[in-house]
Amino acid sequence: MAGPQLGGAAVMAVDELDTLILALRADGYRVVGPTIRDGTIVHADLERSSDLPQGWTDEQGPGTYRARSVDGDAQFSYAVGPSSPKEELFPPRQRLWTATSDGDASFQVVEEVRETPRIAFLGLRGCELAAIAIQDRVFLRGSYQDEVYAANRSDTLLIAVECGSPGGTCFCASMGTGPRVDDGADLILTELLDGDPRFLVRVGSDTGAALLERLTHREASAADLDAREQVVTAAAAMMGRTLDTDGLHDLLLDNLDHPRWDTVADRCLACTNCTLVCPTCFCSTIEDTTDLRGEKAYRDRRWDSCFGLEFSHATPASVRTSTKARYRQWMTHKLATWIDQFGTSGCVGCGRCITWCPVGIDITEEAAAIRRASDPTPADLPVPPTGAR
Amino acid sequence: MHDGIGRPTVAVWKFASCDGCQLSLLSAEDELLRIAEEVHIAYFLEATREVVEGPYDLSLVEGSITTPDDAERIRHVRDISTTLITIGACATAGGIQALRNFGDLDAFRSLVYARPEVVASLADSTAIAEHVPVDLELRGCPIETDQLVEVISAVLAGRKPVTPTHSVCVECKLRGNVCVAVADGTPCLGPVTQAGCGARCPAFARGCYGCFGPTESPNPASLSAWLEEQFGVDHPELLRLYRTFNADAPAFRSESRRHEEVAP
Repeated sequence: MAGPQLGGAAVMAVDELDTLILALRADGYRVVGPTIRDGTIVHADLERSSDLPQGWTDEQGPGTYRARSVDGDAQFSYAVGPSSPKEELFPPRQRLWTATSDGDASFQVVEEVRETPRIAFLGLRGCELAAIAIQDRVFLRGSYQDEVYAANRSDTLLIAVECGSPGGTCFCASMGTGPRVDDGADLILTELLDGDPRFLVRVGSDTGAALLERLTHREASAADLDAREQVVTAAAAMMGRTLDTDGLHDLLLDNLDHPRWDTVADRCLACTNCTLVCPTCFCSTIEDTTDLRGEKAYRDRRWDSCFGLEFSHATPASVRTSTKARYRQWMTHKLATWIDQFGTSGCVGCGRCITWCPVGIDITEEAAAIRRASDPTPADLPVPPTGAR
Repeated sequence: MHDGIGRPTVAVWKFASCDGCQLSLLSAEDELLRIAEEVHIAYFLEATREVVEGPYDLSLVEGSITTPDDAERIRHVRDISTTLITIGACATAGGIQALRNFGDLDAFRSLVYARPEVVASLADSTAIAEHVPVDLELRGCPIETDQLVEVISAVLAGRKPVTPTHSVCVECKLRGNVCVAVADGTPCLGPVTQAGCGARCPAFARGCYGCFGPTESPNPASLSAWLEEQFGVDHPELLRLYRTFNADAPAFRSESRRHEEVAP
């Protein structure tokens, strides 16, 4: 009997996760999903379902993250960690080409051969699917197509797991990217913990339908669909943060001289963590090097950040010398001018920039402070640390 | 200045230092042989007694200036060097011996030496760049061999070296380290410390202790406030955190001074 097709729904037992991972690996996919490493839930290659952080959850707040073990059968009872699909699709470092000297003045440039890895992402949340969609737009749909991203993205399979446990820094509900997932993935799972633990599986593509065929499943009942509804509704009410996006574009751009930029700059370390953990930040720089003998030259691309001084270096110097200018550039791009440039906000509400900021700067709080008043009261302006610049 | 077969000449100089940076060049056996093929090591007393008279195309200078004689000698080194690169925390910030800049030299001298009056010493231990123009500063205690090889390769090719001045955090993220401060509550100077080490300590679950000195735009006051408020690090401990190998680097110096003032 043919199983559910595109848009259909089924239910599978928890054990079938293992079958799923093995089936994907048999098809030559690397299965990339959450696992526990260094006390943190990160993305890594999964070999069996036992690699998943079963029995783990996390507690997140501004500048703090702790994973902790819990009782129960849940496989996906945590919010996003520091990893994101960006690490696979737009890797931190990529060699672009190597030039080899043939002696004297002539040389040959050899472009890197672009592998097209088969990657199946398992356990993607709504915010992460939204982030992939944003990077797709940036890297693939502009006037220029990024070869590295295109190669890495060309043979990917996306398996979402709807989020049932948002963290203290999450605000996907504000950004309209989650926790509910209805499309954008090949399969959309929801972990149902009422009664017998099981997964609701919805089909988002023909590839997903073919994959589901290979798993033991039954038809989804109205009760299963109802249980799923309860999971996502409860999750939407558990957001640790909210961001009021109403008129936010104009609000920020009309307040470029707001004193709040000075107070946040007093706290900001310009360390780049927020941009590097952000699943949509896409900036990079080029590094040209040569070997000692002068026989080989290399061109590499690595992640860069608008918080670096060199990032905005234009002859003869950096055009954003203050941390204030750099923080304002990042936040106004992410929440405002990104919309002008790409048609959507650059923020998916995952909360990573809040959790992984070493001094806990909260983008939702910064936006709220600017919204509270264009003529701020002293209460809106936190006292900077003594002696801060 | 090039030697008979066209190789540029290199001199390696020592001032007040532990020799660790020179050792990191000597102990990099594979790279050292390749370097010796491309340049003529004309003056490197730690490696060989053979000395070729200057001037030199490239001088690598280790150590800080702590005596009147050395203050003279570094000017001579500058005069006979086309390119001068300082290597390590001593040469770029005064080193661990710059701790004396925060104390009373005469008191130290009488405590340590039987006849303090014969010891000619300057009040402060200072970076080479405070005495002569420096073409490039290579940070670290000690320097990273990879960075030194990169700088020598760049000098040979006549290009800009790749020695970023951003934070250690960038290196943690590039290599996939989980943040020890956020995920473990370990005090870490990474956000205010310049990259170059490859985020070695956080890779072993240790906090960065700042041996590469301050970043291009450091904000230690904010980091200290957070460490005090969230991690309970007190003023004496904060003072010690900044007052190590790069104690006299301006951003770390002013921050440790601040905790001196508020310490009970």
